[in-house]
Amino acid sequence: MIAKRIIPCLDILAGRTVKGVNFVGLKDAGDPVVLASMYSDKGADELVFLDISATEEQRDAFEPLVYEVAKTLSIPFTVGGGIKSVEKVGRLLHQGVDKVSINSSAVMNPDLVSQISKVYGSQCLVVAIDAKFEQGDWWVYTTGGKKKTKLKLLTWAKECEERGAGEILFTSMDHDGTKAGFANTILSELSQSLSIPIIASGGAGTIQDFIDVFSKGKADAALAASVFHFEEIEIKPLKQELASAHIPVRL
Amino acid sequence: MKNEVVIVDYGVGNVQSIRFALNRLGWEGVLTSDVTTIENAKHVIFPGVGHAEVAAKQLSASGLDHVLKQLTQPVLGICLGMQLMCTSSEEGDTKGLGLFDLEIKRFESGLKVPCVGWNRLEDLKSPLFAGLEARNHVYFVHSFYAPLSAQTIAVANYGQPYSAALQNDNFFAVQFHPERSGEVGERILKNFLNL
Repeated sequence: MIAKRIIPCLDILAGRTVKGVNFVGLKDAGDPVVLASMYSDKGADELVFLDISATEEQRDAFEPLVYEVAKTLSIPFTVGGGIKSVEKVGRLLHQGVDKVSINSSAVMNPDLVSQISKVYGSQCLVVAIDAKFEQGDWWVYTTGGKKKTKLKLLTWAKECEERGAGEILFTSMDHDGTKAGFANTILSELSQSLSIPIIASGGAGTIQDFIDVFSKGKADAALAASVFHFEEIEIKPLKQELASAHIPVRL
Repeated sequence: MKNEVVIVDYGVGNVQSIRFALNRLGWEGVLTSDVTTIENAKHVIFPGVGHAEVAAKQLSASGLDHVLKQLTQPVLGICLGMQLMCTSSEEGDTKGLGLFDLEIKRFESGLKVPCVGWNRLEDLKSPLFAGLEARNHVYFVHSFYAPLSAQTIAVANYGQPYSAALQNDNFFAVQFHPERSGEVGERILKNFLNL
């Protein structure tokens, strides 16, 4: 059986890690290369780097950084943020990245999903979807959760699958930051209506939340940021607890 | 000078992560389509990602398909590289190199496809896996698989058991990505380079 994956996500601004990464005993907690290898040593199954830079000048620092991380890391490495073209995907893959994650640009130009999967293969394409539950349904948001779209989560996810997405990274905006658990009901629905892997994001607070996202939410992978950055949950003990709960993991 | 290993360049996919993994082991991965360089290499890596039919076309257009079949040094196919070393693939009804007598099949419905993630290796049967224990995890990303055969040297299970790795004389192949499989993957690459 394939193991359920635990994926820490790092936010990168102008080539540095941001959003409260706070490790005791780490000299430079802002250096993404240091953090990446630390997470790998701690048993992360994969890493996601999200470029949250707002300006082109800030973004320029991203590719050289990604190259340095890819050189060091021996586990799969996904990057996202500001990817709008097939050319950009090619450049990132050439820096040693294994997968790219696209979000708003896919909504604005769904054909981008088809093009990337055609040129570089589904295996390197993650489509990230942010959604919120309103008036009886899950609605897709873009631009970091700022803009509401007319797309419903399940319909959009299905379209991405048909266009060749290799995985869906779903973030529930209702659960993100609450540390009260993942959106397991909709996750399980998503997981069962699609035949590509689902990465769950938003809401991780306790080890039990991870057990639930795999057993109840039927997710294939779980992504989290702050619980790992602040060492509220350590990856190794987390995976041991998952194994005790009969969830297949890589120990 | 660093030890060199040749990576066959036939215009598909991204080989940067393989080169990085080789560098971490103290080797230089030389990406080339030059026949003489490939023939004279001590070790040859045959990579591949993407679509089998597209890759097979590019391989035959490059003329390297004939070169690969004649090689006598250790050759390691990775992922789609492994699938192209088999007789044929259901993906686009593609003809392969026939180095392994196997037909590549699509995972049946009901399973998540692509199969993405870390899976266990079982029934290890080759010097490629020296020093490793069964049940070690490696990283897979694939939608098509090689069934079991006499040439199977490692088994993985996804819906059913299938070939995670194959060997026929000097030809080795792995369905998973040793370059992204942590220490286990590095050990496998090291074992190959020591052959």
